[in-house]
Amino acid sequence: MTESAGTIVSEGKPPPRKVEAQAVPSRKASREGLLEGVRKAGVTAIFFAQLLAACVPALSRPRLIIAQIYNAGARSLIIIMLSGLFTGMVLGLQGYDLLHRFGSEAALGTAVALSLLKELGPVLTALLFAGRAGTALTSEIGLMRATDQLTAMEVMAVDPLRYVAAPRFLGGLIAMPLLTAIFIVIGLFGAQLVGVQMMGVDRGIFWSQMQSAVALKDVTEGIVKSLVFGAVLSLIAVNEGYHTEPTAEGVGRATTRTVVASSVLTLLLDYVLTAVFL
Amino acid sequence: MRANRSLEIGTGLFVLFGLAALLFLTTQLPSSGFKFSFNKTPGYTVTAEFGNIGQLKVGAPVSMAGVRIGDVTKIGFDSNSQRAEVWLRIYQRFNQIPEDSFASIDTEGLLGGQYISISPGGLPSYLKNGSQIQETQSALVLENLINKFFANYANKSGSGSQGGSKEPKK
Repeated sequence: MTESAGTIVSEGKPPPRKVEAQAVPSRKASREGLLEGVRKAGVTAIFFAQLLAACVPALSRPRLIIAQIYNAGARSLIIIMLSGLFTGMVLGLQGYDLLHRFGSEAALGTAVALSLLKELGPVLTALLFAGRAGTALTSEIGLMRATDQLTAMEVMAVDPLRYVAAPRFLGGLIAMPLLTAIFIVIGLFGAQLVGVQMMGVDRGIFWSQMQSAVALKDVTEGIVKSLVFGAVLSLIAVNEGYHTEPTAEGVGRATTRTVVASSVLTLLLDYVLTAVFL
Repeated sequence: MRANRSLEIGTGLFVLFGLAALLFLTTQLPSSGFKFSFNKTPGYTVTAEFGNIGQLKVGAPVSMAGVRIGDVTKIGFDSNSQRAEVWLRIYQRFNQIPEDSFASIDTEGLLGGQYISISPGGLPSYLKNGSQIQETQSALVLENLINKFFANYANKSGSGSQGGSKEPKK
């Protein structure tokens, strides 16, 4: 499909719409693939810049943003709380088993709090967010693209970046740190449920050891991570939707790419951010 | 209008919930900052003075014969006696602790936190709100013990090692 597109372009006729989405034609298929990757990165970067520029005027329509906070945040609340509860509970169980072998159950609170704050909270919330909210964003915007709604807005001199893309991006950006904080707090109480109520670690020791070991820096690390994840995942989801190939199949592929790219980038960025913070 | 209203309520709940969680994480978890106290079991407060409290923290348990009877609510420094002053809240139902009981700071496990252990005395009068435990024993600081051990060790083998160090000079 990609190779055949190269032969059409050289004519002076107005090219069919499909060709626009293709790469600059070149002889070698491998070089073309590389170039296509570079072009995609360029498209994403340009889109990010346009999106940021559109965010400022989008702030004058807070209702649109609120609706997106509801979509991305409030509707993910149940899955986040449930996952947080069970993550905390299993941390309490595993942590207790491990620490019990060294006779230092008192460190359970510290171990659970630090692993939730610094790693599990931001990363698991981001992965769940990609699956729950990211896919919805991509397919929603992708379907708008496929049914020419975005083009129609442009024709009416309504900027779709400002009214469709920017509020969704901002909604995701705002929702992510809140979801992460909820995940961590529920996780802590889940760990307390197992560690204190079931396993019999002293409640005062559980919390006081946690409080004496956790520094404000650890909390900040988690929040900064979640902000970065929020920005990156929302950008990926909106970008993939906005540049969907306008077919039913294209929307499906874009949704898949959102999940794959979001998950991989989350884990990769997590390592980079941890290295920066340590 | 109806759908709009439930959307607003949902968003409001989510944002309030999230902000409350953030507030909890930033103020309640780190060691600095103010704390709300969680449990309010009724109890009475007694004080005890120690020469050294080691790593004892507010919230640490107070136990008697291994059973928890209260917790540490406040730690201060008494500049008159130059000793650490510890406030203990004993749960109301344990109101028959002899006045001449003995308080010591023990460690739970090898890496565990420290707690206050109370051994009962024999007087027929009991501790009540505001009274002070007179007999106390300071925390065992592991580093001091290790230092003492090595100091002893070095003194014993002192003559032998000096003899050894002379040899390479020749």
